[in-house]
Amino acid sequence: MSQTGQALAEGVGTPTPPVRSSTLVTRAFRLWRTRIGALFVLILVVVAIVGPYVAPHTASEFVAIPNSPPGGDAGVLGTDYLGQDVLSRFLYGGRGILVMAAVSTAIGLVLGVAIGLVAAYTRNALDDVLMRAMDVIMAFPQIMLALVAVSLVGAQTWVIIVAIAVTTAPRVARVARGAAQPVVERDFVAATESMGLSRVRILTGELLPNILGPMMVEASLRLTYSIGVIAALAFLGLSPDPNGANWGTMIQQNQIALATQPWGALTPIIAIALLTMGTGLFGDGIARTAAGIDRERGDE
Amino acid sequence: MPAAVSVRNLQIETTSGVPVVMDVSFQIAPGEVLGVVGESGSGKTTVGLALLGHARRGLRIAGGEVLVGDQDILMLDVEHLRRLRGSTVSYVPQDPASSLNPALRIGIQLREVLQAHAGGRGRDHDERIAETMREVALSDDPTYLRRYPHELSGGQQQRVGLAMAFANRPRLIVLDEPTTGLDVTTQATVLSTVRELAAAHNVAALYVSHDLAVVAALARRVAVMYAGRVVEFGFAEELFESSAHPYTQRLVGAIPRLTGGRSLLGIPGHAPSPGRRPPGCAFAPRCTMHIPECDAQIPPLSPVGPEHSARCIRAVEVMPQTQARAGDPVDVAPAAGSAVLTLENVVARYGKVEVLHSINLQLEHHECLAVVGESGSGKTTTARSIAGLHRDWTGSIRLGDKELETSARSRSTESRRQIQYIFQNPYGSLNPRKTVGETVGQPLAVFGIAKGREADHRVGLMLEQVSLSAAYARRYPDQLSGGERQRVAIARALISSPSILVCDEVTSALDVSVQAAIVELLGQLQRDLGLSMVFVTHNLPLVRSIAQKVVVLSEGSIVEYGETAQVLADPQQPYTQQLIAHTPSLETATAEARVGEQRRPVIER
Amino acid sequence: MTWLRQGGIGAFIIRRLLLGVLVLVLVSILVFAATQALGDPARAILGRDATPASLAALRAELDLDQSVLGQYLSWAGGLLNGDLGNSLAAQQPVTELLGSRLVNSSVLVLCAAVISIPLSIAIGSWAALRREKAFDTVSSSAMLALAALPEFVVAVLLVMLFATTVLQVLPAISPISPGQRPWDVPEGLVLPTATLVLAVAPYVARIMRASMVEVLESDYVEMARLKGLPERTVLIRHALPNAIGPVFQVIAINLAYLAGGVVVIEYVFNYSGIGSALQDAVVNHDIPVVQALAMLIAGVYVLLNLLADVATILVTPRLRTRL
Repeated sequence: MSQTGQALAEGVGTPTPPVRSSTLVTRAFRLWRTRIGALFVLILVVVAIVGPYVAPHTASEFVAIPNSPPGGDAGVLGTDYLGQDVLSRFLYGGRGILVMAAVSTAIGLVLGVAIGLVAAYTRNALDDVLMRAMDVIMAFPQIMLALVAVSLVGAQTWVIIVAIAVTTAPRVARVARGAAQPVVERDFVAATESMGLSRVRILTGELLPNILGPMMVEASLRLTYSIGVIAALAFLGLSPDPNGANWGTMIQQNQIALATQPWGALTPIIAIALLTMGTGLFGDGIARTAAGIDRERGDE
Repeated sequence: MPAAVSVRNLQIETTSGVPVVMDVSFQIAPGEVLGVVGESGSGKTTVGLALLGHARRGLRIAGGEVLVGDQDILMLDVEHLRRLRGSTVSYVPQDPASSLNPALRIGIQLREVLQAHAGGRGRDHDERIAETMREVALSDDPTYLRRYPHELSGGQQQRVGLAMAFANRPRLIVLDEPTTGLDVTTQATVLSTVRELAAAHNVAALYVSHDLAVVAALARRVAVMYAGRVVEFGFAEELFESSAHPYTQRLVGAIPRLTGGRSLLGIPGHAPSPGRRPPGCAFAPRCTMHIPECDAQIPPLSPVGPEHSARCIRAVEVMPQTQARAGDPVDVAPAAGSAVLTLENVVARYGKVEVLHSINLQLEHHECLAVVGESGSGKTTTARSIAGLHRDWTGSIRLGDKELETSARSRSTESRRQIQYIFQNPYGSLNPRKTVGETVGQPLAVFGIAKGREADHRVGLMLEQVSLSAAYARRYPDQLSGGERQRVAIARALISSPSILVCDEVTSALDVSVQAAIVELLGQLQRDLGLSMVFVTHNLPLVRSIAQKVVVLSEGSIVEYGETAQVLADPQQPYTQQLIAHTPSLETATAEARVGEQRRPVIER
Repeated sequence: MTWLRQGGIGAFIIRRLLLGVLVLVLVSILVFAATQALGDPARAILGRDATPASLAALRAELDLDQSVLGQYLSWAGGLLNGDLGNSLAAQQPVTELLGSRLVNSSVLVLCAAVISIPLSIAIGSWAALRREKAFDTVSSSAMLALAALPEFVVAVLLVMLFATTVLQVLPAISPISPGQRPWDVPEGLVLPTATLVLAVAPYVARIMRASMVEVLESDYVEMARLKGLPERTVLIRHALPNAIGPVFQVIAINLAYLAGGVVVIEYVFNYSGIGSALQDAVVNHDIPVVQALAMLIAGVYVLLNLLADVATILVTPRLRTRL
């Protein structure tokens, strides 16, 4: 019987192109929006890291008459309401926001993914309890919960990070649960169950890799919001160091002089806008690529 | 009498210019049903939709003409085309569940097709709607018309689809696999409705299907499509008895038959996708009669007999071979007589609903036991209870003489290793993020059989045993065809040397030719490895090719249980008899066609 | 209670209401625990250099000398009776303090909702119909960029564009003096409303587009076209009702988000609503006001989600039968 030899020929010219999650980011970079998004983020990350070393002045040095427009002593971006150099404060002002946003988002993501996966996999009372608990936290808008936390404990870095992580987690958990639910129903999970694979291994080895795409999209979305909330808190005057250089604080402080010296507020606005649009574009690029891959595969 | 529809030289390509369907020409007379048969990706649905001047997203009709009467519908503007659709030419879709609008009552969906073409509003068409409902054997009660699609069964949904299609008394109706997914009994009644309505109203019909047997039951003339072209065209019985194209011949050989337990012969390889088709005959790479001339150019569709043509340069040599190519009779080893698996009084529930009522079964050593039933019969629940995937059951399942716990998780590692399960859909049963090697090697690690190089070596050997090569270990599932994926799933099940293999509808997601190859492989492995097997299927003829014993389930109870040959040849229970009678098969179809020919007036062309 | 498990839409609404009440009870425990039981509110209010006497007096005023459970019950009981306690900063009942501000904020949110929801549904549907054509590309990119911008950034940009740096056609701030109503100074509503619209519309438009694209690709829309129905009927009768279902949830989430989003926007425009009240209360450690606002905003969230669930059920017959 030559069935064996004949069947080997099945490998010739396989119908679907090779597409895998490991290539998701690589493929996403074929889209302009992903590249532009990554470029924006990269520029601002570089500014945040290198900025303090190349700034012409320190963040709180008196340079020229307050609210001077650009030029002369006032520097390329002019001075702010206290006569400090806007350019220098811009170069100093990103690091805190970026670090806090990255750390709080990361904590929120890990918590949220863990909760979402457990909820999706158990499909029982635990699922209900977890999701109801998430509902309770989600009943508060992020900014409000952060405000309340700050009002109780004070505007310390860890308070803001915890507040944002705690409010990020339930939103991530919902998405993770939604993404994992159809995966849980698929037969390869049943196959590992019938082998007796441990629950932890099923969650981490079988489910998690299959929701990485949507979770990457969610991660960039959540980072966008975290940046927004941290900047907004600073804008409301609630940052760990109310007089320190911080993009959000700068906007608030220099808002009064918009008519005469717009650069004091406009510079940090542009920085925050580029940063959040960058993470937003990047996430959208990933989302589109993932959707495209799903289409190519046919609904599996 | 002029043809109701005449298609000439139809060309369809992707919007980026890759040809998808080429050189399709045919005519259908009023009252005639023309069958179009092909496996997935052959372009059969695309051709069907082109008769309504429609191309799906990403495709466009690039050339040719579709004459309905004397009007070329491909030349019509949008508004004229709209008026033609649903009135002169209508369409019955493949999946009625997704083709009926879930948010609209069926009465509204039926009424709007009348209003769109005949005008009128309100209750103007009540009379006609009631009449149409009666024609498709549905209730004409106004409260029935107020139902939503999800409140109907699959068969009823498809009847609503038929009612909409026949409502305006079209000249041509395109039926796109309308019975896929329906149980055989429902399928039989839907088919007879189509047959009667087409004949009664002199409607020409194009019946698209992957199932040769279904087409043969309905159509006198059949076009076989492969890789976007018609490769053979002729009377149904001629195609089956003396195929002139090797593809048709192999396809016929791959169809399981109720009578005469023959082993099935699959077709190796798979059809080339658009853009990867060879310059010569598209079937050449898979053809056993391939000669260098085949690759030179695409063979023309040449006549090989009256009303019979084929796209093969060796057609004359192919035709006489047909019977000789059929598979050998199934050589089923006698069962050893000792029970390896015993089900006693098994009662299973889903929530509060009891879906299995006291099942008693015995699987003997080296035996293949087929579990057959329609949807909802409890066949899959039986299989899942055996594997411990369905937990909510009571009674006793014994492996050898050892009682099994209800869920796989609470069973011993050894009993989990002994019973392995293969799932219905190979697209869902492999983790898309794992390589074939990781998937197949997983049981070795979980059961502590082997690891490292030793495991890799075993995976390689196992892949070769399921007729893949060891090189497949590095691939991901999305780089494999459906048949290859199912082979990987089989390899994963067998690598831990189980004694019992539970196969749950393992071929239902596959094309006929691939199904045959998988069944062939399973049969061979069962004999070589001395496996016992539970083979769950809805496909009665398939049972003949693989199982020694068969158990017929209906609504959670065993209806009939016995030797396969005996049950199929001489069923004792009315349910089984009916099931067999409703199963379309080539033998009954061609016989019916011959009788039908005498009954039916000959259509002049 | 078995009728609650089956039953029709009425039972469903009651079930959802009970669930909403449960969430609100949990929310109240959380709010209470965070604001009152954790740490020492009296010290938080009076600061580190408070005298023991003043601390004791304040504790008595805040009922802090009761047990934790007793404190919670008296607070929650007050909530149910509409007694939200007294503002510590303003020394007047919280209900009095927030009453007019609540009206002001509601006007703002309502204006934003009335403009943004139809607008974004129209934009999303039109983009889906013109998929991958100019309008879709431009609107999708604009929506993406807008969705990413924090709303206070949008607000300040709008102020620059229309009130200060570029044009000076609208007021940069929109204070409402006591006794005045928001509609007495309509020009003051323009920029805050515009900011909220720009904050919400992108999300609704994007989900509407995605939902519509999916529906337009569906078998039943293809079937409706193959039945020869006029394109208008295909879109309005077949596509729209199916596409709008998933959008309700997003509208609810975004309206609830508006309730929180107004905090920052009211601050930017110096608009006296509940947002700026919350900001003041946070700065002044005015705990009864914080508690009241937290409960209010959470209540809005629960209510909007309930409404969205009911709306979704109403346009999805399949869900109705499954109840």
